[in-house]
Amino acid sequence: MVTFTLNGKEVKAEEGSTILQVAEENNIYIPTLCNHKALEPAGLCRLCSVELFDGRRTRFVTACNYPAWTGMEVKTDTEEVHRHRKVIVELLLARCPNNDFVKELAGRFGVEKPRFRLDDDDCILCGLCVRMCERIGARAIDFSGRGTQMEVATPFGTFSEACVTCGACDFICPTGHIKLSEITDKEVRPILSEYDEGLKGRKPVYVPYAQAVPNIPAIDRAKCAHFLTGDCKVCADFCPTGAIDHTQVDEEVELEVGAIILATGFRPFDPSFHDEYSYAKHPNVVTSMEFERILSSSGPWGGHLVRPSDEKEPERIAWLQCVGSRDINHCDNGYCSGVCCMYAIKEAVIAKEHSKKGLDAAIFFMDIRTPGKEFEQYYNRAQSNGVRFLRSRVHSVDPVPESDNLRLTYVNEASEIVSEEFDMVVLSVGLEVPRETEELAEKVGVDLNHYRFATTSSFNPVETSRPGVYACGVLQGPKDIPISVMEASAAAGAAASRLADSRHALIKEKTFPEERDVSAEEPRIGVFVCNCGVNISSVVRVPEVVEYAKTLPNVVFVEDNLFSCSTDAQAQLVDVIKQRNLNRVVIAACSPRTHEPLFQETLRNSSLNKYLFEQANIRDQCSWVHSNEPDAATDKAKDLVRMSVARASLIEPLPMPAVSVNPAALVIGGGAAGMTGALTLAEQGFEVHIVEKSDRLGGQALNLKKTWKGERVPPFLKQLVDKVKTHEKIEVHLNSQVKEVSGFVGNFKTVVGLNGEEDIREIEHGVTILATGAHPSKPDEYLYGDNDRVFCWHELDEAWESDLVKNASSAAFIQCVGSREPERPHCSKICCTFSVQKAVELKERNPEMDVYVLYRDIRTYGEREDIYKEARAKGVIFIRFDLDRKPEVRETDEGTLELTVVDHVLQRPITLKPDFITLASAIETRGLEQLAQLFKVPLSQDNFFMEVHMKLRPVDFATDGVFVCGLAHYPKPIDESISQAQAAAARAATVLAQKKIEVEGVVSSVDQELCRGCGQCVEACPYGAPELVEISEGVQVSQIQEALCKGCGACAVACPTGAAAIRHFTDDEVLTMIDAALCE
Amino acid sequence: MTAEFQPKIIAFCCNWCAYAGADLAGVSRLQYPPNIRVIRVMCSSRVSPDFILKAFQKGADGVLVSG
Repeated sequence: MVTFTLNGKEVKAEEGSTILQVAEENNIYIPTLCNHKALEPAGLCRLCSVELFDGRRTRFVTACNYPAWTGMEVKTDTEEVHRHRKVIVELLLARCPNNDFVKELAGRFGVEKPRFRLDDDDCILCGLCVRMCERIGARAIDFSGRGTQMEVATPFGTFSEACVTCGACDFICPTGHIKLSEITDKEVRPILSEYDEGLKGRKPVYVPYAQAVPNIPAIDRAKCAHFLTGDCKVCADFCPTGAIDHTQVDEEVELEVGAIILATGFRPFDPSFHDEYSYAKHPNVVTSMEFERILSSSGPWGGHLVRPSDEKEPERIAWLQCVGSRDINHCDNGYCSGVCCMYAIKEAVIAKEHSKKGLDAAIFFMDIRTPGKEFEQYYNRAQSNGVRFLRSRVHSVDPVPESDNLRLTYVNEASEIVSEEFDMVVLSVGLEVPRETEELAEKVGVDLNHYRFATTSSFNPVETSRPGVYACGVLQGPKDIPISVMEASAAAGAAASRLADSRHALIKEKTFPEERDVSAEEPRIGVFVCNCGVNISSVVRVPEVVEYAKTLPNVVFVEDNLFSCSTDAQAQLVDVIKQRNLNRVVIAACSPRTHEPLFQETLRNSSLNKYLFEQANIRDQCSWVHSNEPDAATDKAKDLVRMSVARASLIEPLPMPAVSVNPAALVIGGGAAGMTGALTLAEQGFEVHIVEKSDRLGGQALNLKKTWKGERVPPFLKQLVDKVKTHEKIEVHLNSQVKEVSGFVGNFKTVVGLNGEEDIREIEHGVTILATGAHPSKPDEYLYGDNDRVFCWHELDEAWESDLVKNASSAAFIQCVGSREPERPHCSKICCTFSVQKAVELKERNPEMDVYVLYRDIRTYGEREDIYKEARAKGVIFIRFDLDRKPEVRETDEGTLELTVVDHVLQRPITLKPDFITLASAIETRGLEQLAQLFKVPLSQDNFFMEVHMKLRPVDFATDGVFVCGLAHYPKPIDESISQAQAAAARAATVLAQKKIEVEGVVSSVDQELCRGCGQCVEACPYGAPELVEISEGVQVSQIQEALCKGCGACAVACPTGAAAIRHFTDDEVLTMIDAALCE
Repeated sequence: MTAEFQPKIIAFCCNWCAYAGADLAGVSRLQYPPNIRVIRVMCSSRVSPDFILKAFQKGADGVLVSG
């Protein structure tokens, strides 16, 4: 330690520190030009000159490289010092009179016109570039020449071979003198951000994307200067926690596993080689993935809709569908990617919302394929919002000369060539399995099909060719997020069935020390204020907040942390809580939404109940949103801490009750989905009850002969039924219906009427799977029911061997019968594939037969496109019709059929004489309302069960412990029903596999002394948690079923007497925060 | 102190949506005036009329219930 006088004050400093460092520690500002934290000080610019008295005389020294010693006296703020610095700046201005940086510097020092001879340079010879290049390890530039001839140069003034084009010299140069293009002739390219699809650059040290888990930076070894030269490591100097370790190497880890799940995903199709779309040569032709980034608020332009060439807001955008999908000319992707129609519509709708100028959004498509749940309704809304849909094939996209616009030439449905100008073009690129996956598949030993998707069967949709290896997501076939997420659960379910015997084998149970009883103690609050690196401290003055917190009532300890969430800070927190005997903890940091669970666990590790914690959000809701107002932000941070401390004084420990789980499942519905779900659970060792309304198992699958891939359904179904009937863990109840339901997750009690309601049985179970199926609707048009040559769905199969069908010379299919109509807007999803498949089968039996499919859009999504191609190759004739010009069916005097439809190419009515017609009627559910009420689950507008989150939790309901699968969720083919059933079983198993489940402590309670049984709480609660119970004759009070309570507190507000209250957010706790917020 | 009127606003934010929205504003570095004090509740249905009256009584110039 050395001690010296700095501006008249005695200061202490570490041995070897420079005057500049000591001054900074003491909040004394000294201007610098050539100093940089990562570099050795050089004392070149002299701007940091200070006055030094060494006991005998006073002289000027440069603060940046003069080491402190005991007894010296330093002055940084004298008139002499200022005059000295001003002369230095004056000399710099004379050297660089036209440089903006130097002019601005001169302005700050009050230098207007230099007294010296003017030069015209823009280098101030600070040497930052030279020293930085040396630090990087390239040593490509240095000073050359002497005196007035001195300059920064490369050896011999030629392009440097040693330069690694890192750009650090260019970046660090304050005046803009250094230009990388003068140092090297190597191509200088920014490192393109993978996340921003190359629309933006990134650094070699970077966080791959905003939501990355863990959200910590990575070093790109291919680009980092250290890995190129062996030097640099500047980042390590800057990291305040010393987290950077350049010596880390890749490790090979060997794992022993019983199953493998492949979820390797897709790569968007690269349209660069499509010359006719101008993608590679025009910046305003972007892929849909690039457009997603443009629309994103974390994207390259912060969510402002601009086009890349000139960053102007586009007024006309075109989307081109099927780029790299349904295309065997430019690529080998004959399949439909299944997601592009929906995302293009979404992008068009959002782009219109973003645009201030009334954007013209036009989607050029072949068929709009929106067969997913509620997708059709979204498509309809986009149309009414003015998104244009043009059925066409785009011939070319050409740059418009002398503008950044593009001209689209396309052929419309009437076969006319049309051209239109747009400001920007988005290519809706398809999904591909990358080539690298092929190598992986080979290593793992699983077969891929001709499109490189994993080979699976419709009956085991997530099982690959190798037992024990499962596939989900796009590797299994092109699909969207909801089905990918569902399939992921299915793969987990299938793997869990296989590994049932080893369940829990690798589990380590986390234990916590016994909780301390703090009920008799006065509140002793510890406040910890986080700097969050500089995220908080660069705006909010943390030391002031710390001092302020010390003045608040009940606060006995205050401390600031660099990062309160870091592992070492957590360990320290545990120590401090114990040493200081704290019984409440307030952390002023980020959002409780992200970090409350972490801090609560720390409390548990310190023997405190986790609810004795309170968090003040001084980052997300303070420093980050008031970054230019440090005073106001500091005041607000103090207010937030005061509010939190006030609440912390009142919070109480809460019990975390655990309820036991009954490891049995109830599956309602005995179709393919219900049986698969039941079997998946039974194979994992759980008891299952199947309740089936009809007198046999099988459901709609009983009507199916073949899947679209040609697999025969009846043998599969027979095997499935046999397995279910003979499985010792499965009990099947036929002719049975659910009557009453009570209880909650882990402990349901369901009353079932067995055998046509004669017997009543109560089943106790921990979870419920709803797999009640759906049915084809009965058409009321096209002479159905009036003429026996008109079939519906599988009636064709039933009549397959009849003379009428066998000897027919002409057949027709009519699609969308009752679907996609105003009164039933949903698309029934499976009908296109069904009709196309049957058309192919008819053609196979009699190639001479004329087969017509009358359709609105052919929706053979995914790999089903193959069968559509096959149908066209076999000569099936597809005729498109519009909703306002539906086909007409007439019976002739001979009883035969006449079908009239306006042909989409000829634009005039044509008449067909099919021997029979098959109608693809809408798939709908019947009578789900009662079950929905019993299990407190919602229905969608089209009367299918409504899951809690379409994308993220596709088989769960908001009611815990109830799951959905199969047609009751939405029409779907058998493979999707089966995987959804496996998914529902897997989700159900996450409940059943636990012996006890911890129930959230933030729940309501009712003070029965105050309750008068009015039932307002029962009415207010959306989850059915309060119930009225009779405690003595004629006296009813409310009682909360805690496992059902979601802690919203609606009952507490509804309660007229104050009997119902919500724990942890009591009236007093909220009111004291209001008080604290407004008391100053 | 500036003479300009600086309102005091109390905001009750639902943990699941509006509070998350306020966090998102932070993550996106959206700037807004610092006159607002957020009180987190688990649901906007938790906000009883008493809370709102109390806030006004204590001198709030505005109350925002968001959920």
